[in-house]
Amino acid sequence: MKDEFEPLIVSFCCNWCSYAGADLAGVSRLQYPHNIRIIRVMCSGMVHPNLVIEALTKGADGVLMCGCHPGDCHYEEGNLKAEKRADAIFLMLEDFGLEPERFRLEWVSASEGPKFAQVAREFTEQIKKLGPNPFKA
Amino acid sequence: MIELTINGTKHKFPEGKTLLECIESTGIKIPTLCYHKALTPYGACRLCLVEITQNGRSAIQSSCTYPAINKLVVNTESEKVIKTRKVMFELLLARCPDSEAIQKLAGEYGVKETRFEKKKEDCFLCGLCVRMCRERMGISAINFINRGSKRKVCPPFDANSDVCQTCGACASICLTERIKLEEISKNEVVPIKHEYNEGLIDRPAAYIPYPQAVPNKATIDERYCVHMLKDACGVCKEFCEAEAIDYEQKEKEIELNVGAVILSPGFEIFNARIKEDLGYGNYPNVVTSLEFERILSASGPYLGKVLRPSDETEPKRIGFIQCVGSREAERDYCSSVCCMYATKEAIIAKEHAGEDLKCDIFIMDMRAFSKGFDEYYQRAQELGVDYIRCRPPSVKEIPETKNLLIEYLGEDDKKETCEYDLVVLSVGLQPPKSVKEISEKFGIDLNEFNFCKTSPFKPVESTREGIYVSGPFTEPKDIPETIMQASGASSKILSLLKDVKGSLIVPKEYPPEVDVSGQEPRIGVFVCHCGTNIAGVVNVPSVVEYAKTLPNVVYADNNLYTCSNDTQVLIKEKIKEHELNRVVVASCTPRTHEPLFRNTVREAGLNPYLFEMANIRDQCSWVHMMEPEKASEKSKDLVRMAVAKARLLDPLQKRSVSIIKSALIIGGGISGLTSATELAAQGYDVHLVEKEKELGGNVSRVHYLLNGDNPQDELKRLIEEVKKSEKIHLYTETKIENIEGSIGNFKTTISTKGKSEEFEHGVVIVATGAQEYKPKEYLYGQHEGIMTQLELEQRLSTNGDLLAATGKSVPKNIVMIQCVGSRDEERPYCSRICCSDAIKNALKIKELSPETNIYVLYRDVRTYGFRESYYTKARENGVVFMRYDEDRKPEVSNNGDGLRVEVFDQTLEMPIEISADLVILSAGIVAHKGNEEIAKFLKVPLTKEKFFLEAHMKLRPVDFATDGVYLCGLAHSAKAMDESIIQAQAAASRAATILSQDSIELEANISHVIDESCDGCAYCIEPCPYQAITLIEYMREGSVKKTVDVDETACKGCGCCMATCPKKGIFVRGFKLEQIGAQVNAAIGAQ
Repeated sequence: MKDEFEPLIVSFCCNWCSYAGADLAGVSRLQYPHNIRIIRVMCSGMVHPNLVIEALTKGADGVLMCGCHPGDCHYEEGNLKAEKRADAIFLMLEDFGLEPERFRLEWVSASEGPKFAQVAREFTEQIKKLGPNPFKA
Repeated sequence: MIELTINGTKHKFPEGKTLLECIESTGIKIPTLCYHKALTPYGACRLCLVEITQNGRSAIQSSCTYPAINKLVVNTESEKVIKTRKVMFELLLARCPDSEAIQKLAGEYGVKETRFEKKKEDCFLCGLCVRMCRERMGISAINFINRGSKRKVCPPFDANSDVCQTCGACASICLTERIKLEEISKNEVVPIKHEYNEGLIDRPAAYIPYPQAVPNKATIDERYCVHMLKDACGVCKEFCEAEAIDYEQKEKEIELNVGAVILSPGFEIFNARIKEDLGYGNYPNVVTSLEFERILSASGPYLGKVLRPSDETEPKRIGFIQCVGSREAERDYCSSVCCMYATKEAIIAKEHAGEDLKCDIFIMDMRAFSKGFDEYYQRAQELGVDYIRCRPPSVKEIPETKNLLIEYLGEDDKKETCEYDLVVLSVGLQPPKSVKEISEKFGIDLNEFNFCKTSPFKPVESTREGIYVSGPFTEPKDIPETIMQASGASSKILSLLKDVKGSLIVPKEYPPEVDVSGQEPRIGVFVCHCGTNIAGVVNVPSVVEYAKTLPNVVYADNNLYTCSNDTQVLIKEKIKEHELNRVVVASCTPRTHEPLFRNTVREAGLNPYLFEMANIRDQCSWVHMMEPEKASEKSKDLVRMAVAKARLLDPLQKRSVSIIKSALIIGGGISGLTSATELAAQGYDVHLVEKEKELGGNVSRVHYLLNGDNPQDELKRLIEEVKKSEKIHLYTETKIENIEGSIGNFKTTISTKGKSEEFEHGVVIVATGAQEYKPKEYLYGQHEGIMTQLELEQRLSTNGDLLAATGKSVPKNIVMIQCVGSRDEERPYCSRICCSDAIKNALKIKELSPETNIYVLYRDVRTYGFRESYYTKARENGVVFMRYDEDRKPEVSNNGDGLRVEVFDQTLEMPIEISADLVILSAGIVAHKGNEEIAKFLKVPLTKEKFFLEAHMKLRPVDFATDGVYLCGLAHSAKAMDESIIQAQAAASRAATILSQDSIELEANISHVIDESCDGCAYCIEPCPYQAITLIEYMREGSVKKTVDVDETACKGCGCCMATCPKKGIFVRGFKLEQIGAQVNAAIGAQ
């Protein structure tokens, strides 16, 4: 029997909100799929679109970017910049022939451990449905 | 010592152990259910079976009961063992199919179904409870009775036991959740209520009080601990691998010599049980607002699901009742925060439960009086929160459904009844129970409501010198006001103790930093067990072995607790021994532990930035507890990612800037004057700039306060103090021409009557004030009988009689119109003080002429805090309050022989016409136009109404996001005089945190430009939230080179520039594209 497809998901989480939210999911022992590898960045606004594209073209099955809710950004509005860049990322994914569903931007606050776990579950499920990244082959 | 051969490998063990203990100490995992470290082994579940071979004969034995005998050969995974274990699992699954503990362990062992007939038992006779009660509690309240298929656990004679101490140890250890204390014990079962969750759930005797507790450590409640009470149990001590349990610890009395005291004992919520008619305590679905806050919280009893207590179902309709324990005869004050917290709770409840959730809030007045609150109130209404103007006298329960009925008088005075699934009582704030004791112990006075007594000009001082106060102890208040008052109190102490400041601080000394430039990375990896937090799930030794295979890793090992003191010593030793120049710790989250480890590597002479963490606990072992293998694999990945980044880490230095020890204060009103005297008293030079000729601002037009005090004497004293002070350089009739520079080193140009001057300073306090709105409505300026509240006050105080106000005879009717220029489309905010000012002037008129009729036309009376009692007094003195609706504003007309005011009274629901001698307009507060220029100089933001915008509305109310710049008074938002004084003291305190230092260290993780790569496209300039980037040009090799420059004092390292740059010309130190990229590549296993 063939093993179930286990996607690899790279997640960028901002230090102040989302990374803390992911920590809280842990403190609260909320279980979510093991597929996510979190990279801590200071702000979602610091993630260059190239990093997302590179991850997806080199074989990550999905990229999950998490930042503070609008209005809560530690750096005033870095998250809003990330939101604008997300539009550009979707366009670039189209150019590469990749499904836009492989990238997702979410707002997760430091107190939203349950939300982080929920998003992780949903996104993993979504990527599982999409199947492996065609670039991996 | 004895020797065992386990799965083909020889091991040595001390004598006197069981086989299971020996096997587990080698890291081999054996499934067990009935085994418990604190109890004698029993051999009931038969899962720990192993195959032993002795003298050529092999047998299957349960390892928990079998003694470890020298030369024994043990196989833990032989075919026979696995087969037998699987059968045992199937038998257990058949006996107790609903036990999650059995399902989980069986699942891990690959057994998901049973071939045997399912019996639906809820006990598999593991005997954990029996052994716990007998061995650890010394009681034997329960035991096995009967034999064979009738064997079961129960108290003697199957009757409730009278020796049971209801400690609950049996229930907590039971794997099938079968034990109910009520069925065992004759004694009353009293669960320990979880205080932080308002008693909505229970807690054990050993517990961490709440997720944010400082320190975040477990504590033992000696009132319930069986060991402390009866010298039994002691299980936790055996389990704590960190050996942190000390039952002997006692409360200690410590004597401290201090020069000043700040009292911030906070508040208590009103005991809603006192209001019997509201049903709290009798009806399970009537909860307090604080209980509802916990219900909404992700860390609360229902994990953030909106559920009601009686049946834990989702409510469809929630009713909030306001002013429970506020605004009544016994407590004639407003608790100030309930309107907004109820609004917030309603919004969050709708967010969690969905839009269809109906939320009704029963209010008397909507008191959304602080900055941004009215807009929030608007939003709540748009989201479908309904506000009903009524104070319901009672709540009734429908016994069958446990739903609740609220009766109230609706429109047209009709009695209406609403049914709710949950009712929230918005309980008020009151002084702590210990307030009398505090007041006696410290010798301070309390006011009529038993809050701490303060006065308008000394709002952070108690009645005893050297004792300062802050927070709701002095008056009910919100978070920002509390923070301001706390900073204000510390400012007072900074000046009182300025001569001994810092005298107890011993600066830390570090060894010189090793130069690692040009060295090949030599990485040390420390993998943490965190007791069982990580090692219970992740195979830590395999992670260590994996780490050793990674490039540049020259050392890797595991530690029981990497954050312990002895491990810090070990890390330093290993850095020296292996000449490590990078360190990776794989443990918990860098958010809490990075500073500790950075300090450790610095103590070993390494640059603190040559350190990286892999979060294998919070983001791995804790969230993948059921998948140990996957968690181990993920931990390896996370370590690989951390090592990949560590390889590219650079040593970073924090740049420091020297501080010019003086302040610029913009504005010479009450706020600027207060900040100036505070800073001067602390010993700093102040440049106080006022654009007008006279100091004093708006307060110079205020002649009496609500409590009757005349502020003019105090104002005069303050102005004198400023003028006399050698520390304060005063500039009146002066305009600010320019401000440049940043924290520590500002340069300001001013011009006084055309004469220009320049000075340097380290910080700025913005105290530009605001002004009374000049009405365009209600015929203002067209009739001498129409004036603003400030104008009325001026006339009342100059001549002290009403004749002067009208110029003719004593006025018969006076109409005051509230919210003139406030809470409208152009200015959607509340001006906060107009309700109190109207009442203040109304009371004054009544004092001068009791027979004059006064009508106050209002939308909501917002006399928050102790101002409420003056509202009561005004009504007692016959002042008439009529509520009008925003859509039906009053109309003022002049029919030749006098003024007429028409208003539609919302309470009476009828139009009313009043002929008025005077119409007084409660004009709002508007920001100064000049704010825009100042904001531009300082690179700080304004709200859309042109007030200055602080760094955080709740938590940083006097700071700007830009370091070294602070704000206070009306420049921030509308507020009362005493509130301006508090904020001004707070601004001085915040400024002093900078001025008290000779230099400050700047963040090291900030942006850096690579001139070679930058082509000056300037894309990065606009995204910078701190305006820290400027485009510059210079001559290079005969031509103009464009590039950008980063102001390192302004940059905070968000990296918006880096993500915008198309040329990799700018990066954030410590988060370079290459460094993040290396983590990405390591995550996906690419090169």
